[in-house]
Amino acid sequence: MNLEYIGLKEISGPLVVIDGVKDASFEEMVEIHVGKELRLGRIIQIEGETCVVQVFEGTQGISLANTRTRLKGKPLKMPLSKEILGRILDGMGRPVDGLGEIFPEKYMDINGEPINPVKREYPRNFIQTGISSIDGLMTLIRGQKLPVFSGNGLPHNQLAVQIVRQAKIQDANEENFAIVFAAMGVKYDVAEYFKESFRKGGVLDRVVMFLNLANDPVVERIVTPRCALTAAEYLAYEKDMHVLVILTDMTSYAEALREISSSKGEIPSRKGYPGYLYSDLASIYERAGIIKGGKGSVTQIPILTMPNDDITHPIPDLTGYITEGQIVLDKDLALRGVYPPVNVLPSLSRLMKDGIGEGYTREDHPEVANQLFASYAKVQEVRALASVIGEEELSELDKKYMNFGRAFEEMFITQNFHEERDITQTLDLAWMLLGHLPKEELDRISPKTLEKYYVSPENEGRQV
Amino acid sequence: MSETSHGIIYGINGPVIKVRGNYPFKMYEMVLVGNEKLIGEVIRVLETETIVQVYENTTGLKAGETVTPTGKPLTIKLGPGIIGNIFDGIERPLTRIAEETGAFIKRGSSMDNLDTDKLWDVRIKVKQGDTVKPGDIIAEVDETDSVVHRIMVPPYVEGEVIEALNDGSYNINQVIVKVKEGKTIHSLTLVQDWPVRQPRPHKERKHLDIPLITGQRVIDTMFPIAKGGTAAIPGGFGTGKTLTQHQFAKWSNADIIVYVGCGERGNEITEVLEDFPNLIDPRNGKPLMNRTVLIANTSNMPVAAREASIYTGITIAEYYRDMGYDVAIMADSTSRWAEALREISGRLEEMPAEEGFPAYLPSRLSEFYERAGRVENLNGTFGSVTIIGAVSPQGGDFSEPVTQNTKRFIRCFWALDKSLAYTRHYPAINWTSSYSEYIEDLTDWYKENIKPDFMDKRTRLSRILQEETKLLDIVKLIGSDILPEEQKLVIEISRVIRQGFLQQNAYNEQDTYVPLQKQYLMMDTILKLYDRLQKLIPLGIPVSVFRNAGVFEDVIRMKYTIRNDDLGAFDTLNENLNKVLDEIEADYKDAERKND
Ligand SMILES: Nc1ncnc2c1ncn2[C@@H]1O[C@H](COP(=O)(O)OP(=O)(O)OP(=O)(O)O)[C@@H](O)[C@H]1O
Ligand SMILES: [Mg+2]
Repeated sequence: MNLEYIGLKEISGPLVVIDGVKDASFEEMVEIHVGKELRLGRIIQIEGETCVVQVFEGTQGISLANTRTRLKGKPLKMPLSKEILGRILDGMGRPVDGLGEIFPEKYMDINGEPINPVKREYPRNFIQTGISSIDGLMTLIRGQKLPVFSGNGLPHNQLAVQIVRQAKIQDANEENFAIVFAAMGVKYDVAEYFKESFRKGGVLDRVVMFLNLANDPVVERIVTPRCALTAAEYLAYEKDMHVLVILTDMTSYAEALREISSSKGEIPSRKGYPGYLYSDLASIYERAGIIKGGKGSVTQIPILTMPNDDITHPIPDLTGYITEGQIVLDKDLALRGVYPPVNVLPSLSRLMKDGIGEGYTREDHPEVANQLFASYAKVQEVRALASVIGEEELSELDKKYMNFGRAFEEMFITQNFHEERDITQTLDLAWMLLGHLPKEELDRISPKTLEKYYVSPENEGRQV
Repeated sequence: MSETSHGIIYGINGPVIKVRGNYPFKMYEMVLVGNEKLIGEVIRVLETETIVQVYENTTGLKAGETVTPTGKPLTIKLGPGIIGNIFDGIERPLTRIAEETGAFIKRGSSMDNLDTDKLWDVRIKVKQGDTVKPGDIIAEVDETDSVVHRIMVPPYVEGEVIEALNDGSYNINQVIVKVKEGKTIHSLTLVQDWPVRQPRPHKERKHLDIPLITGQRVIDTMFPIAKGGTAAIPGGFGTGKTLTQHQFAKWSNADIIVYVGCGERGNEITEVLEDFPNLIDPRNGKPLMNRTVLIANTSNMPVAAREASIYTGITIAEYYRDMGYDVAIMADSTSRWAEALREISGRLEEMPAEEGFPAYLPSRLSEFYERAGRVENLNGTFGSVTIIGAVSPQGGDFSEPVTQNTKRFIRCFWALDKSLAYTRHYPAINWTSSYSEYIEDLTDWYKENIKPDFMDKRTRLSRILQEETKLLDIVKLIGSDILPEEQKLVIEISRVIRQGFLQQNAYNEQDTYVPLQKQYLMMDTILKLYDRLQKLIPLGIPVSVFRNAGVFEDVIRMKYTIRNDDLGAFDTLNENLNKVLDEIEADYKDAERKND
């Protein structure tokens, strides 16, 4: 184990190949000394005595002759203790805030282990974000993985910050609430923005930040979300905390994976991404959840930017196949000044059905949500027609839909960055908007519920 | 060089390892890999080396460790204790794994697939001197209160019973019957082994002319599937594949449900585990879990075991079919299985065909779907395996290889449509691009068991919808206002069909499952309304009058307002509708007379 291997056989992108290695194990960590500098690597393929190693700090400055390599005899493990709260770490979990090393209580393998489905607790507890579009239509549930699909220039960071600031998790208090924030390939000012807003919100000492910024090594980016989730699991399952994990930007992560895959010479599938992108992303997203009998939870809000705003691009596509819904942001809405620009039709929360309604939010919630989706979908049809024949030519009913659509976007979706609406306000607002439509049009709502909540603005003498 | 007793690991690349040494491994042989004895399977044999796929995480494995042969292909145990249970992709019991290793799945777990301690009350069905042949039932066990487990002579055993125990409580490894075949004596227990990649034999295939009833209107009425048939549910993410599969698992009239969670979410498996014990089987009032078996390889579990999970599932399905049961297997999602093939193939550096998938993708798919069917079993009973596979097309685009190749081997295509899902039209099964090739073969059954004109009514519904599709193209351009009233009526009635009939709310107690009788009466009500209105419109009454009178909404709401156990209420509904329409008609005639 203490053998030192001098020199390399080959260098390709972020990968190096070492020859004559004895006793190497798959995914074992190695130390590579380049002159005085120490870099870390991981064995990702073994062929006889030849090992392919990915170098976390990158391969710049490495030659075939100037390295000395040593096997560390174990996979990548993270030192953990409750002290990590309030700390800023690099993409591999090493402190970069100048506050010294973390004194570990234990070491955990960053790959984690799959939760046995028998031991999962099905998530049912509503997290109020105070944002109408989300709480009303794509409710976040404790233990869920609900990504934000965004695009360049869209306010996904603000939205994430607003969610973190306003999130009310049942049973969570200052003591048992934590945020794990992982930046992958984002710019320095984005990381600063999050840090600043955590500070302003007075939660900085509840946050663990993992930073792999745009100019940090690409290979390190591969382990950043895994380190972050290892920390989250430790806090949730060993320290009984409710942990909200923000992962941004998953697109940079997937690009890093593609870069390494192509250096390895692997056969690509769609758009050059490796065939195992699905499994790889799943090994990250599936680490959200709740364990039976446990007191903590891991809720994930991954953020990704859709290349070319294309939701069928492999990154959003495969993410959507794994996560429990998605919050889709839309450029057109943003251009029209709508914040948060949530495009509700393609958005979805799959877990909301069990976490809303009587006993959770309010008994009319499921029907109202359904109706808003259906009516707003109808608005799109009417708008398409209006763009052909002109709004004046629309039937009276269709005109009502146009009004409803505008009001819905301006009053329900639109919300100030500092405005917090509780679920009752959100649902009441929804009823006021549905009042724009004749009762007969509300076919997703039972007569009983209509009876109780429906108000048409004419009856109330209220003009919207 | 002389033969060694094992192989040596030479290369490791994720789940794929290269093995060298002199041991002559056999293709598809199960092997134990490395010091931790991880389970693997030989997937290629070359002159100089053998390739093994490992069913567990290979982190920490070293070149130089040994690979031990087992001499047999990847086999699973078939016997009492399967139903109501949950297994991983190679039939390891997840509940007992959890008891042993806690919340997280550790690798290298080697425990019996089926509980070997549990005592079953066994009724022996043969006696000394009987001759038995493959498939014959030698004993029975009440596996759950819904399922009688028939212990059968394995397909390779035949001969004379020379010893049989009395009825009693035995564990699964107890020899209950001994059979003499020539010079060999077979000791039969409650379990048999079966290699998962090999279909279990049967006597002959039967014609598929009985529907599998699911209680879902768009399936049973519009695109029905036969017992023993094959279906695919393709759809982009979030369009409703899993929910539809769950609905089938809950409500279809199969005797046994095998649910394979293949590379999907852990929470979805948990949901089944939490819900099914509390849901009541409409056929016998017992918990649904008592006829269900779950195979789970969630997306974060090892990818090679994902490939195997499909075969484990279908082998269990065939085994219960052999007992004379109608079995339905849901595989969610077959795309993850195909991708597992692709990943392994990629690591073998095989020449890829389309989009990186291996060239043998179509043949693997066809072999799998071929294992469906309704058959006469070796023991003379009849049973069926119905396969319903979800397909998750990349980018939601049905032209991709898995969807296209699957289409060649299935006969029901339930196409989920993103735009329907966006507007929350659930189930988002598109009525234009979906099809069932079983309709013709099933028509007689519907005639004899439900109503003679069931399929005629169905045809009328689908004609109206077709007409609507054409009209909507016009409406998109010019609005609906200038359409003649008869065509407006088509659009309104189509809306009633879409919202009142095709849409079905899985979360509504009445609507989640709808018996065929009610499906028929709903169709009937819609068509009667249509017929009547078609007569009234020529009198000069515009569609808007009927709309304002609320007749369409009353019909749309019938799925909620009429209980499944109160079908007499349809008469009342129809009478009330007629009353309203009579009044409208009378008013109009009055008005006309005054005008004259
Ligand atoms: N019949 C239905 N009734 C009510 N809601 C439905 C119905 N079908 C689908 N849905 C809604 O659609 C959501 C997504 O469905 P589902 O999880 O089955 O999608 P999927 O096609 O399996 O997606 P993925 O490929 O990502 O697994 C559900 O959570 C539910 O909200
Ligand atoms: Mg699904």
